[in-house]
Order: sequence, then structure tokens, then C-alpha cells
Amino acid sequence: MSVSVRFDEIYKDFGPVRVLHGVSFELPPGRIYGVLGENGAGKSTLMKILSGYEHASAGEIHLDDRLVSFKSSRQAESEGVVLIHQEFNLAEHLTVAQNIFLGHEKRKGWLLDDRTMREESAHYLKQVGLVVNPDTPVRNLIVAEKQLVEIARALSRHARVLIMDEPTATLTPTETQRLFGLMRQLKADGVTLVYISHKLDEIEAITDEIVVMRDGRFITRAPTESLSRQQMANLMVGRELSDMFPDKTPPAPDAPVALAVSDLSVPGWSEDISFEVRSGEILGFAGLVGAGRTETFEGLLGLRKRSSGAVSMNGQPVSLNTPQQAVKLGVTYLSEDRKGKGLHVSMGLAQNLTMLMLDHYAHPLLDLNAERAAMAHAKDEFGIRTGNLDARARALSGGNQQKLALAKFLHPDPRVIILDEPTRGVDVGAKRDIYFQIHALAQAGRAVIVISSELIELIGLCHRVAVMRGGKLQTTLGMHQLTEEELIAHATGTH
Amino acid sequence: MQPALTDTPRRSARWLARLQAVGPLIGLIILCVAGTALNRDFATIDNMMNVLTRTAFIGIIAVGMTFVIISGGIDLSVGSMAALIAGSMIVLMNKLAGSGMAPLLIVLLGIVLALILGALFGLMHGLLITKGRIEPFIVTLGTLGVFRAVLTWLADGGALTLDDSLNNLYGPVYYASLLGVPVPIWVFLIMAAGGALILNRTAFGRHVQAIGSNEQVARYAAIRVDVVKIVTYIFLGLCVGVATVLYVPRLGSATPTTGLLWELEAIAAVVVGGTALKGGEGRVIGTVIGAILLSVINNILNLTSIISVYLNAAVQGAVIIVVAFLQRGRRND
Repeated sequence: MSVSVRFDEIYKDFGPVRVLHGVSFELPPGRIYGVLGENGAGKSTLMKILSGYEHASAGEIHLDDRLVSFKSSRQAESEGVVLIHQEFNLAEHLTVAQNIFLGHEKRKGWLLDDRTMREESAHYLKQVGLVVNPDTPVRNLIVAEKQLVEIARALSRHARVLIMDEPTATLTPTETQRLFGLMRQLKADGVTLVYISHKLDEIEAITDEIVVMRDGRFITRAPTESLSRQQMANLMVGRELSDMFPDKTPPAPDAPVALAVSDLSVPGWSEDISFEVRSGEILGFAGLVGAGRTETFEGLLGLRKRSSGAVSMNGQPVSLNTPQQAVKLGVTYLSEDRKGKGLHVSMGLAQNLTMLMLDHYAHPLLDLNAERAAMAHAKDEFGIRTGNLDARARALSGGNQQKLALAKFLHPDPRVIILDEPTRGVDVGAKRDIYFQIHALAQAGRAVIVISSELIELIGLCHRVAVMRGGKLQTTLGMHQLTEEELIAHATGTH
Repeated sequence: MQPALTDTPRRSARWLARLQAVGPLIGLIILCVAGTALNRDFATIDNMMNVLTRTAFIGIIAVGMTFVIISGGIDLSVGSMAALIAGSMIVLMNKLAGSGMAPLLIVLLGIVLALILGALFGLMHGLLITKGRIEPFIVTLGTLGVFRAVLTWLADGGALTLDDSLNNLYGPVYYASLLGVPVPIWVFLIMAAGGALILNRTAFGRHVQAIGSNEQVARYAAIRVDVVKIVTYIFLGLCVGVATVLYVPRLGSATPTTGLLWELEAIAAVVVGGTALKGGEGRVIGTVIGAILLSVINNILNLTSIISVYLNAAVQGAVIIVVAFLQRGRRND
């Protein structure tokens, strides 16, 4: 019952942006494949096409040499191709059992057969090692439990090809080990597994072969044991990692403390966070999803309610309670959510660039020519590639949108700039540009805070890295303590 | 073989956007040609001035409505608000008329009251929507009922009629002309030009567009979202006040049917003018054309007998739906 998968010249365009450039490779049956690639490499898109959530713009997919073209995820699941999402796809208000059988409900005549569904759910839950009553509403579960429900749901579909997109991002090491056991069991049963992850140690531990993708292209497929972690990382990035980052220049020993935060608490997210960052310093924030990093800084900026916290800048206590005050004090925050919080994608480039600085352009009428000139300047300074200065932001590629967002939040010339996932969803070239840009910011005497889930990025860029776990600041590592193992250990609490 | 990266969807989108920019104007021209063909009286100066004067009330309100809709809101209460403001003005002015106060002062006080009430109602809407966190649709649907009921109660179910002694002085605000153009048209032009300038060339106008385009992004860009929204509702309230000041001398009375369905006409004018109902983008000039276009339809129905004039609101309602249909999928980011 094992199935092989073959991709043949798969292209995918989102509007003007091409995210897959003719991807072709084959996955022989009954093995575990690790798909590696940076954010934006196209791994998730390719797997969504395989599982019917997206449609290819061109190209063919073959299952066991049979051409398939799934119109929907439902159709893909009926053929045994099941994707477990990076983002959860559960109906929060329904119970665990209802979610497991959502869209595939068992019936007795006209009515739902709740008893059978509950019994079978219990069976699958036991298989994934989740101890929870099938009648529990999903909204009552913690994130890791939801992940396990997703996996139980995939099992109930009798998957022959099971794709897991970052399933361990929210799991503890013990839960991860149990998941690996389950994966080995499935492999023994003849299931072809595709495992997408950033964690190279997990890839090493569980996969038989790796597939590397970069910038929407297939790079290579190789037996896992033939590559070292360093080689995998280099393949993902496409060049020697040392090339990606500028040399670190530590801040001057007498550089002033640009921003000091003490006992910042954001209800429900973080407690008693204290840190300081000096002019010319790049301070990283590491942690798992849900560790409260983003929320802490949103609380600092007044974008979210906070219950305590004092802020001082250059040694002077300041009052920082609203985003408007933050801009006045010279503190800006680039959100991780570019389209939802960072840029007005349906507005023009210049309008986005000047949004925080309109007072500067209004006398009292806006000086549209000055705005255009500022945009032309920013285009060169940040290397934003666009043929048309009057285009809307949505016409730019992800990397260029990110550069525009960076330009926007640097336009008020802040003294402290907070960058949340500054390279999410951008290609390798744009990444490198952004790293050098960040380095230059620090060199110019600004204090820079980088929140990132990419450890390579934090290690390559930061002078110090603060690690958060469960809303608390665990430790702050100095430049010479920065290793992946150390960061993961503090972030997961296995130190 | 590598398929070419197609830019057809973009080209057609741009083409559609351009059509939406000039579409209302083309529609207006076609209507005028049709009107001229159907009735000889249509293309006369008198008829044109008449149409434009009647457009002024709705047009002025629609200018304010443009801001509210671009910011992502809506105000369903404007017709009832106009009625209540008209009634309140008349009550105040009639009370003062018996006190021996100079008529000019009385009229001025009436006008001031209209503007203050408009601004206050707008402020109330804005506060309920932002600080009270209630959907604008619900807030203004509620006040739609409240305003008209209070007016009906003030008028005791009948009409509030302006004291005759004030008619001579106040009448010219509606009936007089300047350089051959009736006063309401001048006011409409000034309000529209001012509105266009504010929307396109001030920080406030840009903020309004930013909030409608994406409120979260605006918040993260340090825009005082609540304040900007409240100001759009106050501005709309002021526009309703101005429109009412022009309207009262026309008939000299306020009744429970005063301003009936003005919200439909004002929203239709904004939408026909190319402003996205979901907010984010729009043009005041488009609203002006939209308001004139709706008046011309009404005028043609009046002058000809193709469709009964009683079906005017049906035509306007259908126009809103058709235009909204054409706007579908315009903001698939």
C-alpha cells in the first residue's frame, strides 16, 4: 500500500509573484523525508499543492505513476494524501471527536453516529499519546494538545502519504519523542512521510532522506546520513553561512543605555521582563512560539495592555504608554505580521513610507513631491526593487515589501528600533541585504532589538540574545555563549 | 517548458480600476444624452440648476459620508438626523421670534444650533463606535430610529412650521442666486472642494484612508485610530447640519417624512462614485458625480413617463446593488 510521489515541473504564481519555479523530484515509497528550506523557500506551498489546498499554476503530480489533480483537500484525503498544517485547522468550538471526524462524519441512517466516532477518536488519541476526553472542546486544549489532535485526525483519514509541516514547533522534547515513535510505526506500516522542519537535529534523528528547497526551486535530495548539519544549513542558504552576516562589531564599552525596561508584565503573556540595550548594540530575543516575545514588545509600545513596567532612555525615566509617544521618543516597532500590521498593501509605496511621519510632510497640506522624493531615496538606500514608484505595496515581492516595511519604521529616524521576525518570508538575497542593513543601523549608533525564531539569524547577527520561555525571561547569553544547543536548551527548559 | 509569468490579471485589474474612476462620469454623460433625447426641457439651464440645487442636500451629506465610508464605517442615521436638526432649529427660532429678538440674530442662532447639533450627534456616534466598541451599522441604525421618533414627538405627529416673520430673511439661503448660480450649489461646491482637499492633501485625510485600508496596520503606525474615526463622524454630522440649514427655508417646515431615505441616497452617491464600501479608497469628486447622477435619474423619471417617479428609490437601491456587485473582489490582497 506504499505510495510514491513525483512532482513534475510544478510552477506556482501568487499574482505577480512566482513562488515555485518548475519543481521536479520524486519521493520513493515508504520512507521518511525531511524537507529543508528557509522561510519562503516554497516548501509549504508545494506541500499544500500536493494535498489539494492550493492549485499549481502549471505542472503535474503523480502518485504511483498515476497523474492526479486534486481539486480540494477532501479529494486528496480520499486518496490518502493528508497534510497536517503549520497553522491549526481546528474548529475551536467543536469537541475533539467532532474535529477528528469533521467533514467525514460517521452516520447511522440520517443521524450522526456519535458513539462510534467517540470510540474511534479515543483509539486514535491513544495512538498519539494524548490523554484527553474526546468530548472536550478543542478551545480548552493547550497548543501542544491541539497539535496532537491534528495528528490524530490525520490518522483517522488512513493516510498513505502524511505530510507534517513543523509539527514539533509547539511540542516538548518528550512529546516530540513520542511523535517520532509514531512516525516510525507509520513508516513500518508503509506510509510515506514528509516532514518539514527547521530543526536540523530532528531532521537528523528521524528522516531517511532530505530534500532541500531554496527560493522556490528544488536543490537536492540526499540520504540524511551523508550530510552534516553544517552542510545542510549551507545547502538551505545557498552559500557559506559565514557570507550571510557582516562581521560583528561590539558596541563601544562606554555606549549609553539607549533603552532600559524593568518589570514589564503583559497580562496573559509575560511577567517581570527586564532588559537593557545600548546604543550600537543588537540584542536578540529567542523563544518558542507563544513564549510571549511579540506580546511583551507590543505591551512596551502601548499596543497591548500592560500591568506593570518602567522604561527609561539614556538614563532618564520616560513615559511610554501609546504608540504615538513611542514614535516621539524615538522607539519604533516593525511587526512580524507584515500584511496584517506592518504595511498597507493596498496603498502606494510613498504613502506607506511616510505614514509615521505625516506631520513632517504637512504644512498643513501634504507635500506630495517631498513624499515621492523620500520614496525615491528609500528605494536606493534599502535596495527596494520596483519598476514603478507609484505602484501599490502589494505589487512588490515579499522581500521588497519587507524592505519597504523596514524603511517605513526607520523613516522617523528612531534611536531604538525593534524588529520582529525581520526576514520572515523573504528570499536569501533579500535576507542578506536586511542583515547588512541591521548591522549598519547599529553601526550608526542605534539600539537594535531583533526578535527571531531563526536561531542561525540570532547567532549570526546579535551581540547578546535574551531567551524567553512561558512569558519569563530565562537568561541573556553573551556573544561567546551563542550556540543553537544553548539557545534551544533555554527556550525549551531542558537546560 | 517554463510558462510565462502572466500579468493578465494585473492588467485587467488596472483596466477595471481605470474604468471605475471614469465610469460614473461616463454614466452621467450617457444619462444626460438620454435625458436630452427623451425630453426637450431636460437640457435647459433652468432644469440643470434645479437638478443641481436639489442635489446639494444629498451631495453635501455624501461628502461627509465619503470620509466615514473610506474609514471603514457607515452612518445610516443621516436622514433622521437632518429631520431632527430641522425640527430643533424651527422650534428654537419660533420660540425666539416671540421674544422680540432681531430676526437676523434668530436665524444665525438657528444656523449655529444646526451645526452644533450635527457635530454633537457625530461625536456621540463616534464615541459609541470607538470607545463603546459597537458596530457603526448598529449604532446608527439605533439612532436612525431615535432621531426620527424624537422629531415626530416634537412635532406631535404633524408638522413644525417656521414662523412667517423669519421666512423673508431666511428664504434666500435656499432661493437666492449668486452670479446666476443658486446659493446651495455654491455651498455644495465649496464643501466638495474642501472635502477633496482634506482627503487627498492632509495628514487627517491620509489617516482616514489608512484606517479603512487596514485598521491594525494604522494602529501599529502610531495613528490615533479612535480620534480619527470620531472626527470623521463629527465631520459628517457637520455636513448634515449644513445640508439642513439649506433645506429648512425650502419648505419652511419639518415633518416626520423630512429627510426620509436620505441615507440611501447619500450612501448610493458615495458608492456610485467609486468609493469602496469596505473602505480604504475613494474620491470626493466621484461622490459629487455620483450624487448628480442619482439626481439626474430622478429628474428624468420626473420629466418622462418610462418608469413611475414613485419607483425612484427602487432605482437608487438597484443602482447601489449593481455597483457593489461590480466592486466585488476588488480588494483580494
